[in-house]
Amino acid sequence: MAGHVDSHDHDAHTDSDGHGPAFYIKIWAILLVLFLISVAGPEISHHKAVILVTAFGIAIVKAYMVAVNFMHIKHEKKYIAYIMFAMLGAVFLFYIAVSTDVQMTSGSNWENASAKAVIEQHKDFQEHIEHE
Amino acid sequence: MATNHAEHHDHHEMSFWEKYVFPLDHKIIGLQYLLTGIIMGFLGAYFSYVFRMQLAFPGIDVPLFGLVTSAQYNSLITNHGTIMIFWFAMPILVAGFGNYLIPLMIGADDMVFPKINRLSYQIFLLSVVVLLSSFFVHNGGFGGAWTAYPPLSAKAEYNLTPWGSILWLIAVVLEFVAFLLGGINFITTLMNSRAKGMKMMDIPMVCWMIVLASILFMASAGPLIAGAAMLLFDQTIGTGFFDPARGGDPILWQHLFWFFGHPEVYVVFLPAMGIVAEVITTFSRKKLFAYKVVLFTTFATGILSFFVWAHHQFIAGIDPRLANIFTVTTLLISIPIAEMLFVYIATLWGGAIELTTAMLFALGFLATFLIGGVTGVFLGASGADIYFHDTYFVLAHFHYTFVPIAVIAVFAGLYYWFPKMFGRFMDETLGKIHFWGTMVGFNGIFMPLFFTGAAGDHRRIFDFSNFPELAVSSLQNLRIAATVSVIITAVFQFVFLFNFIYSMFRGRKCTVNNPWKANTLEWFATCPPPHGNFPVMPEVYRGPYEFSVPGRELDYWPQNEKV
Amino acid sequence: MGTTTPIATTRSVTGMPTGRLAVWWVIGSEIVIFGGLLMCYLMFRLKYPYWAMYSVHTNTFAGALNTFVLLTSSLFIVLAHYYAERKEELKAFGLIWATIFGGLTFLVIKGIEWTTEITNGFTITSSMFWSFYYTAAGLHALHVIAGMCLMAWISMDVLQKKNMHRVELIGIYWHFVDIVWIFLFPLLYIAK
Repeated sequence: MAGHVDSHDHDAHTDSDGHGPAFYIKIWAILLVLFLISVAGPEISHHKAVILVTAFGIAIVKAYMVAVNFMHIKHEKKYIAYIMFAMLGAVFLFYIAVSTDVQMTSGSNWENASAKAVIEQHKDFQEHIEHE
Repeated sequence: MATNHAEHHDHHEMSFWEKYVFPLDHKIIGLQYLLTGIIMGFLGAYFSYVFRMQLAFPGIDVPLFGLVTSAQYNSLITNHGTIMIFWFAMPILVAGFGNYLIPLMIGADDMVFPKINRLSYQIFLLSVVVLLSSFFVHNGGFGGAWTAYPPLSAKAEYNLTPWGSILWLIAVVLEFVAFLLGGINFITTLMNSRAKGMKMMDIPMVCWMIVLASILFMASAGPLIAGAAMLLFDQTIGTGFFDPARGGDPILWQHLFWFFGHPEVYVVFLPAMGIVAEVITTFSRKKLFAYKVVLFTTFATGILSFFVWAHHQFIAGIDPRLANIFTVTTLLISIPIAEMLFVYIATLWGGAIELTTAMLFALGFLATFLIGGVTGVFLGASGADIYFHDTYFVLAHFHYTFVPIAVIAVFAGLYYWFPKMFGRFMDETLGKIHFWGTMVGFNGIFMPLFFTGAAGDHRRIFDFSNFPELAVSSLQNLRIAATVSVIITAVFQFVFLFNFIYSMFRGRKCTVNNPWKANTLEWFATCPPPHGNFPVMPEVYRGPYEFSVPGRELDYWPQNEKV
Repeated sequence: MGTTTPIATTRSVTGMPTGRLAVWWVIGSEIVIFGGLLMCYLMFRLKYPYWAMYSVHTNTFAGALNTFVLLTSSLFIVLAHYYAERKEELKAFGLIWATIFGGLTFLVIKGIEWTTEITNGFTITSSMFWSFYYTAAGLHALHVIAGMCLMAWISMDVLQKKNMHRVELIGIYWHFVDIVWIFLFPLLYIAK
């Protein structure tokens, strides 16, 4: 009875698909290239779109690659992925509903005076950055 | 394999220490949670007695307490709320019944991770110790309400409890960690360790409900755990996450709290519904009216419960457009709940109802929870809530939901499963006295408070005699009526306590495995079940509610009986 | 008695080993914890463009180096799992310790980085940006430490060819910790 858990691992598992060390090293190499792009992109251009795509777009791609190839989420039961997406869904739901209050400084019939005051205090920050 | 396993355990004599203090057995851990919860419940009830006395008779030297100062009053109401939700309702309904029932009802010998289970209780116990210690530090326990809104909770110069607030927060986080560990255990056990033949639709409703509650808890508690770290830093090292002067936002805490806090209502509500489902089917000898409908409405409730939280914040300064959306979702969620109640009533219809104490409590749950649900409609509508917000109307409403959930349904479960837990019956006569005392007392507390709330009583007032328009005798009489009812209810709880302890050692012996002639697998084990639960691991052949099947001699049909 | 595994643990109705199923639920609960914190950060970051004047001071090089270290340690632990499945316990053991070393390197770099920031006057109370910077990275570092401790514990079993399936479980957790850093890195360091 003691060995049963290990044996489970084998039959439900992935390495029969030909995932060997060479495969993992290849994935790692791809991740490194993506990582270099994500660092280099924002260094080269300060354009907002470039930062968004290189830094955050690539982060999503990297996370996907790690989840699929290292965590083998593809080979799990489908609902594991659904559960993870549901949890992410909860996080985004939180963002969507809360950002209307916390991220904005004014809305329909309201304004957040103290947040506006804080922004006003720091309005010369652009000079501050260039000064650095 | 199964028999070998059971024999193996029969040979092993465990010391008291091994069996009751550091147990791995899910039943003992469940009982530990249950008893800790009951003790904490009595503590929370004691707090409510003290502050109700102060409200009814301002300035009185309260018996068993003394003079109540305003700071003590704040601390009492805060910790009453916190204890009743986090250290009474949660440990009993989710952890206590969950631990005790899930492995038994799905035909397993234990939880899948017994050591993590034990760790979960130990962390929970630590959280109890931390919370209790907060009453004895400088300036006493936290007094910023159980919702802990900053800046009151964040700054010691406002809440005046520099240590109490920190300890309170740490205790809550520890308790969350304990329930996350426990929840992972419950979910995995139900998914992976069901008896052979038990399909998804053969799982007893209470197991489904407790596991779904654990999933809801897991998905909603995360942001609050992060938020608690932020609040802790605000309290201790002076960050400004919730300080508007430094760019922070106190509304953010309210969102973090209620994003957890509202699903939390359903986290305790669902197990209560599950317990009631087991009790009413057994004692009306009828199949649950619509198993799948109940299950799918539970899913719907779970999902919808994530879309309603901001109804706690209608007047907190949230965006009015958001208030519209949350009004609609809040009113929507009453549909699945009402549907479940209808299904339960339909289950009773035409049944051979046997009014045991457990059944009385289950019926009492349905009746009183209904009042809680209906009054919620007023508060869910943002227009009406502007008036009702933070009045005793709100207070009466949520006590009409929480007391049926955490007290009445729990009693139904305790009277029902007591023979399984301790091998003896609780006394039915004392049980019925307890039932009527509790029901009359409970309604006597909160019915008057609907009226004082509608008349404008604000929740957080220490002494109403300072407010001339509220200090009128017509309202004060209602307050006194509520307080007298608190005392009546409390007295009848001692009947329960006596019955509980007496029956544990001296009650009528339960000589058969299945005294209520129920179908679910826990009744296949002996009373009480040994470590390892079953002599032979059961197999399942049918659903859990096959009562009064036509053409069958017996009016029940256990899940594990082959023919 | 503590050593007997319950029958419950050995069952697998879903077809997934119990341990792996549980680890996924752990990760599910962690997603909401980190997600909640990062969403709070994101809201404030988008609300206050002036935080750029704090974020220019974060050390991109240290952050990048740490990303590299964690990615590589992720490779080590997935290879450890590969060899654990093949019962090559010595290789698995070595790779687990390589991963632990990766975690240690991560913490050392983090320590140097934080010391530099603090000596430059950027403490957790300097501004809300720095509060988030230390809170988020600190919470992540706690997970790194927890992962390292668990790995050290598991490696002892691996040497005796016991509980080899746990290498995969800790691996899944470690990859999750890596993924969290993959998002922390652009949020705290790259977005200036």
